[in-house]
Amino acid sequence: MKTFTYRSATGLDDTLEPGAVFVAGGTNLVDLMKLGVATPDVLVDVNRLPLGEVTSLDDGGLRIGAAVRNSDLAADPRIRAGFPVLSQALLAGASGQLRNMATTGGNLLQRTRCRYFMDATMPCNKHTPGSGCPAREGDHRNLAILGASESCVATHPSDMAVALVALDAVVVTNSRRIPVTELHRLPGDEPERDTILEHGELITAVELPALPAAANSAYRKARDRASYAFAVGSVAAALSVTDGLVSDVRLGWGAVAHKPWRARVAEERLLGGPATKDAFLAAADAELADSRGLRDNAYKIALMRNLTASVLGRLAEAGEKR
Amino acid sequence: MTATAQGSVGAPLGRLEGPQKVTGAARYAAEYPQDDLAYGWIVPSPVACGTLDAVVVDPLQDAIAVLWHGNVPALAAVDDPELAVLQSEKISYRGQPVALVIADSLEAARRAAQTLSLSITAGEKPDTVLREDHPGLYTPETVNPSFPAESAMGDVDKALKSAYIAIDEVYSTPALHNNPMEPHATIARWDGDSLTVFDSNQHPSGVAATLGEIFGAANVHVVAEHIGGGFGSKGTARPNAVLAALGARVTGRPVKVVLPRQQMFSIVGHRTPTIQRIRLGADRDGTLTAIDHQATSQSSRLFEYAEQTAVVTRHMYAAPNRRTGHQLARLDMPTPRWMRAPGEAPGMVALECAVDELAERLGMDPIELRIRNEPAVEPESGEPFTSRHYVECLRRGAQRFGWSGRDHRPGRRREGDWLIGTGVAGATYPTMVQPSTARVRRLAPDRFEVAIGAADLGTGARTILAQIAADALGVPASAIDIKIGDSTLPVASVAGGSSGSASWGWAVTGACRALVASSSPEAVFDTTELVGKQGTAGRHAFGAHFAEVRVDTVTGEVRVSRLYGMYAAGRILNPRTARSQFLGGMIMGMGMALHEEGVLDPAFGQWVNNDLAGYHIPAHADVEEIDAEWLDEHDDQINPMGSKGIGEIGIVGSPAAIVNAIWHATGIRVRDLPVRLDKLLPDLGA
Repeated sequence: MKTFTYRSATGLDDTLEPGAVFVAGGTNLVDLMKLGVATPDVLVDVNRLPLGEVTSLDDGGLRIGAAVRNSDLAADPRIRAGFPVLSQALLAGASGQLRNMATTGGNLLQRTRCRYFMDATMPCNKHTPGSGCPAREGDHRNLAILGASESCVATHPSDMAVALVALDAVVVTNSRRIPVTELHRLPGDEPERDTILEHGELITAVELPALPAAANSAYRKARDRASYAFAVGSVAAALSVTDGLVSDVRLGWGAVAHKPWRARVAEERLLGGPATKDAFLAAADAELADSRGLRDNAYKIALMRNLTASVLGRLAEAGEKR
Repeated sequence: MTATAQGSVGAPLGRLEGPQKVTGAARYAAEYPQDDLAYGWIVPSPVACGTLDAVVVDPLQDAIAVLWHGNVPALAAVDDPELAVLQSEKISYRGQPVALVIADSLEAARRAAQTLSLSITAGEKPDTVLREDHPGLYTPETVNPSFPAESAMGDVDKALKSAYIAIDEVYSTPALHNNPMEPHATIARWDGDSLTVFDSNQHPSGVAATLGEIFGAANVHVVAEHIGGGFGSKGTARPNAVLAALGARVTGRPVKVVLPRQQMFSIVGHRTPTIQRIRLGADRDGTLTAIDHQATSQSSRLFEYAEQTAVVTRHMYAAPNRRTGHQLARLDMPTPRWMRAPGEAPGMVALECAVDELAERLGMDPIELRIRNEPAVEPESGEPFTSRHYVECLRRGAQRFGWSGRDHRPGRRREGDWLIGTGVAGATYPTMVQPSTARVRRLAPDRFEVAIGAADLGTGARTILAQIAADALGVPASAIDIKIGDSTLPVASVAGGSSGSASWGWAVTGACRALVASSSPEAVFDTTELVGKQGTAGRHAFGAHFAEVRVDTVTGEVRVSRLYGMYAAGRILNPRTARSQFLGGMIMGMGMALHEEGVLDPAFGQWVNNDLAGYHIPAHADVEEIDAEWLDEHDDQINPMGSKGIGEIGIVGSPAAIVNAIWHATGIRVRDLPVRLDKLLPDLGA
């Protein structure tokens, strides 16, 4: 591990020195430091900042402090009742021990688990710009089918973020407000940049706007073992059906792109139409029209189609009973 | 439960060291405090083939020493070339140790290792992929440990041509990686010419002998008191032990080398990938007329390790015409070694899946098909079995599992999105024993010390030896102090081949009986002669595995609802630790069926998913209902306890039972393990 210095953040307006990074739960950053993939000179600890509360907003939304632990957020009764998709997504991620450490802000900023990125001795445009992307020819079974570029086919690993993009959440930093859908970038020719955050910009909160449809929401994650595995495909969905027609729908997809994917094309297809399995499949197909499968990850196209129809089908049924 | 003098053996005694382990008092190799300790970090080769010409250390880093072939003392060669660490400029695989950095802290050693620059002349495009048509395939003279590579009886081709039904299928299993919870770890310290090594291994006596040979040291003391698993990968000295001793010699300080999880994938020995072709011929009533099992596997450029994948087929079913064979490719890849049931585990995937396919083609109950082909004697050697209760395991297991009434056609049970199926497969493992010596001392009229250089990998070996000694001495197990895990104790065989309890228990029994028969306060017993006198016979444990799975038609995800094993494995010495061994093997079998796979990037010659987030083993949530039971089997022709090895049989056949259940659920035959959702999804049709 590269030698680094450590200090506590002085406040929300902390001026981050060059070579410094913020650390909260550290569940991903410290691993990457051991591996030599992350080599900060300074760790600035934000755990003592007053960012650990979930507060109710006047309009019925919630403001989640950036330091709220994943386990606490998943257990919050307001989240469980009003935004079940978020609670389910959190609980589908990692392990109990990791969720106890991991924070809301940190979860959004975790790095891809692409195997080449995690190995400093491998070429990787994300950890060493210009060195190449061996994943295209090598191991990409769990990499992107949407929005990838020649230089990078990595996926964003978060479950939580998939729910947040579906819920139209807003990231609040110490300088601005950013819709979560805009926080993460597609790789393009700058895959080393995961998000649009600038150096020194600190996530202080995530806001969930009031969303009646979110009460009828769910997260479904397909993975290679029953727990403690990253998604190979996941769907976060909220659905309202009125008189058999879709009156509101929000769809987030995970493990398919460099960012948590908001499936807006599918949503537009569905809105105002019938809540039937055929309609759900057609909407998924429309979203997948631009998908590109590589040698070993094309199965995700069928997987996302099935998952989307299954989750929406169940929400439609549950919505009828409400 | 309190064990009595009348019968410690057979009692479910808890592990003697259990309280020490759960309170953290038990010491593992890396935990022995040392004054002036230095830390070693292995630098792995970043290329699969080539030569290392120079090593340049970043002067900003605080390394005490950087050892590589350009500056290390020569080591004596031993029969394992993987132990000739830093002795040559030649690089044989990616991940091979090419340098050892020694520093005052672990972090400093690691950082210096990450930043040093290796001047390497890389070789041609590495040859890293095992293929059935690999031009370099050859038949080794023998397969592990010393079986003939080929066997043949009758006329297989003719029998297959005239068979009522013939099966001809290819099965493949991936590289699998030994990942005991405790990684390989060593602390080495020299006092003059004497070497003390705290090392996580399965064979303290053997490791001491090997290190003595390598360093020309007469006094080598290996301490391996508590071991956090090994699965075979700690059966011999590994590079970490040699590197720690080398580092300690050069620096004059104690040196600790602990492998990070990533390095476990390349330098401790993995299970070779296999490609297996099985051909079966059968009559209309299911009688097998021909069995042919041809296995292809790989080894490194350094060392010929030829796994005995098809040997298990020589003992399993009767058939007049039969053939087995092995082919090997030598690749620019790490050397494969032992991993729980080497040979039997992958071999029985192919054989037991093929038998299931034959049952399908015949429209037969797969249990009845197996029973139809039960041999009277070992099919190839003609030797009688000392005991074989395979049929009883199948029948009794079927009863306990609830097999009767099964609709043998696939895809018939559906609950919501889930397809449900059941599967069966046989299990077997050879019953082995190896020479060992034990010593017993009377410390007080009612207190005894039993000493043997055995190793307890967490299996309960220490506890069982106390039980065996107690019965042989006619005292309660609580009267016994067990000393194991130290090379200065009487020489014992390796904790491998499921032979530990039998080998060590025999020596302990002999020593205790000798003590009882004499007035001396000490007795020593060496079984070398008795073991050597054992005649040839078919000595094997048998069992049957049953699985119920459900497959999600939406995602292709597989869940194992029930996993059950019924075994006939001689006398069960301790039902509590035995059950744990059986269940552990079955769960590892589940991993082999569904999860575990070293994912190779052929361009680099690296398994890229080299940590436990990328290399999946079953999580707790994957294990739903699981149970193991056994028959009361008596066998007086194997060893004084009548025990058969139980450490490995649980992984033999359990993967096939799961794969067969997946077919029964879905109608899909996946012949390339592991069965992951992407292999099922295209054919499921949600």
